[in-house]
Amino acid sequence: MTTKSQALLNWVDERFPLTSSIKGHLTEYYAPKYFKFWYFFGSLALLVLVIQILTGIFLVMHYKPDASLNASGVPVAFASVEYIMRDVPGGWLIRYLHSTGASAFFVVVYLHMFRGLIYGSYRKPRELIWIFGTLIFLVLMAEAFMGYLLPWGQMSFWGAQVIVNLFSAIPIIGPDLSLVIRGDFVVSDATLNRFFAFHVIAVPLILIGLVAAHIIALHEVGSNNPDGVEIKKKKDANGIPLDGIPFHPYYTVKDIVGTVVFLFFFSAVVFFAPEGGGYFLEFNNFLPADPLVTPPHIAPVWYFTPFYSVLRAITYPLFGLDAKFWGVVGMGASVVIIAFLPWLDRSPVKSIRYKGPIFKSAIAIFVVCFFILGYLGVLPPTPGRTLLAQICSVLYFAFFLAMPWYSKLDKCKPEPERVNFK
Amino acid sequence: MSVEQKMDSGRRTLLLATSAVGGVAAVATAVPFVASLTPSERAKAAGAPVEVDVGGLAPGEMMTVEWRGKPVWVLRRTPEMLAALDKSEPNLSDPESNKPQQPDYAKNKHRSIKPEYLVTVGICTHLGCSPSEKFKPGAEAGMTADWPGGFLCPCHGSLFDLAGRVYKSMPAPDNLEIPPYKYLADTTILVGDDGKA
Repeated sequence: MTTKSQALLNWVDERFPLTSSIKGHLTEYYAPKYFKFWYFFGSLALLVLVIQILTGIFLVMHYKPDASLNASGVPVAFASVEYIMRDVPGGWLIRYLHSTGASAFFVVVYLHMFRGLIYGSYRKPRELIWIFGTLIFLVLMAEAFMGYLLPWGQMSFWGAQVIVNLFSAIPIIGPDLSLVIRGDFVVSDATLNRFFAFHVIAVPLILIGLVAAHIIALHEVGSNNPDGVEIKKKKDANGIPLDGIPFHPYYTVKDIVGTVVFLFFFSAVVFFAPEGGGYFLEFNNFLPADPLVTPPHIAPVWYFTPFYSVLRAITYPLFGLDAKFWGVVGMGASVVIIAFLPWLDRSPVKSIRYKGPIFKSAIAIFVVCFFILGYLGVLPPTPGRTLLAQICSVLYFAFFLAMPWYSKLDKCKPEPERVNFK
Repeated sequence: MSVEQKMDSGRRTLLLATSAVGGVAAVATAVPFVASLTPSERAKAAGAPVEVDVGGLAPGEMMTVEWRGKPVWVLRRTPEMLAALDKSEPNLSDPESNKPQQPDYAKNKHRSIKPEYLVTVGICTHLGCSPSEKFKPGAEAGMTADWPGGFLCPCHGSLFDLAGRVYKSMPAPDNLEIPPYKYLADTTILVGDDGKA
């Protein structure tokens, strides 16, 4: 480095912790020397967040959150999305990047969560990382849900109608609460405007704050690894973990490979199948919102369907409160229960590599149930499907609630001392 | 603090009092913000009653009008449809309409002023979807063979009979809401105003 630029860096460092931050979080942040494929999804989630923010900024320049009808009788909001698609140069690409980005976000986040699940990344001392992560997931669902109202199509409208009405199931305060969320007696222009405000500024700010907290907490305790052993236990004379390598350049370079592969798939969807077969952009949402007619079949976007199935599975009243309330409780609990994993898992080992057959089977059953619930959520309900959803919902909760017992009973293999390459 | 220090309790009290008063001010400031989220005067004023001419409705036909942004159905029931109300009765959750989902003048088997015309808010009491017409009895419309005719909510599968009464063990807890209404003439209905409220 030339003396002049060194002098400038020194000037900055005396006023702002630039060099020490770069060291602490990149060049001297030691990550385990061996990560598997599953470890790509954290940095990919960050990439998708950047894509969503960038494309979102440019969409806001043309989008109008207005439910009133224009001269040709089409809601202004719906028309402005069509305008972006047809008349704004490059608008179609920016919008498809944003809509595909929403689904990609959930794909990446679900895989990221699954990684945490199999390698025990939620266990001590990473409980707070896991809780921040669950909050990110929750906030992400709110962000996606509010964003889905903005095109003001039939699915936007009726989806919002259903979800906002969920809150009215809460005893006593429910009806007033849903009134405050909507700002009107029905989903209307007032709802559209406030969802716009939440989607473009309030929720993203919370999301970025939580992501920062998630990463700061991670860098405090260090990354887990496929063996689930703590690399900080074995250090060399300089205090550097024996099984650790600096995040930069090793993992920055490795994550670029992940980024490129991810962008292959992402671009393929954006350019060749932006509607995702009706799962990423639902066909009914190409019709403008009509408050008088519910489409014959309404289903949430794919990433909400497992939890939506839990909601539908509860069909009987309990303790004098109706099924609707318990459905909402079940759906909420199915998300919130994830945050309690660090205290539910009593296994002596972290990683699935050293866990026994009971835990492995439990995870397999859980994953199968999650997929079945997700699939049932896009289908219209029938008595047979409702029964299947009920069975899967019970197994979903059993995975968590029975974990303190079956994780203790399990026959685990001993954990290794050091990180393995395999 | 490692060094033993004598706490100045006078200052501590002042500090607590200042924080408490400041906290009250902060909470009070939140009031207009929360209030701004509630329905505006314009939204409240938009609930004007709607006049509906049902003269052109053939027996068995249904029309939808918008009242307070919600669909309101007017169904002219045929004698067979009215007879079907008896058939569905044993399977209903609230056949007597005991829950206050209707004005008193609609608390009867047909849940209407005139048995022939059903006036109801076409919004499912579960999560607010608009149920679809499944008027034809039997398996023809994709229902079970003993289906007497009624409504099916497409969102979560709740079933209602031809008086908007909900079946047992459905996601929807209550019968469909009957709005306040009155007859201005033989075939003219005013939805949203029954002259009583």
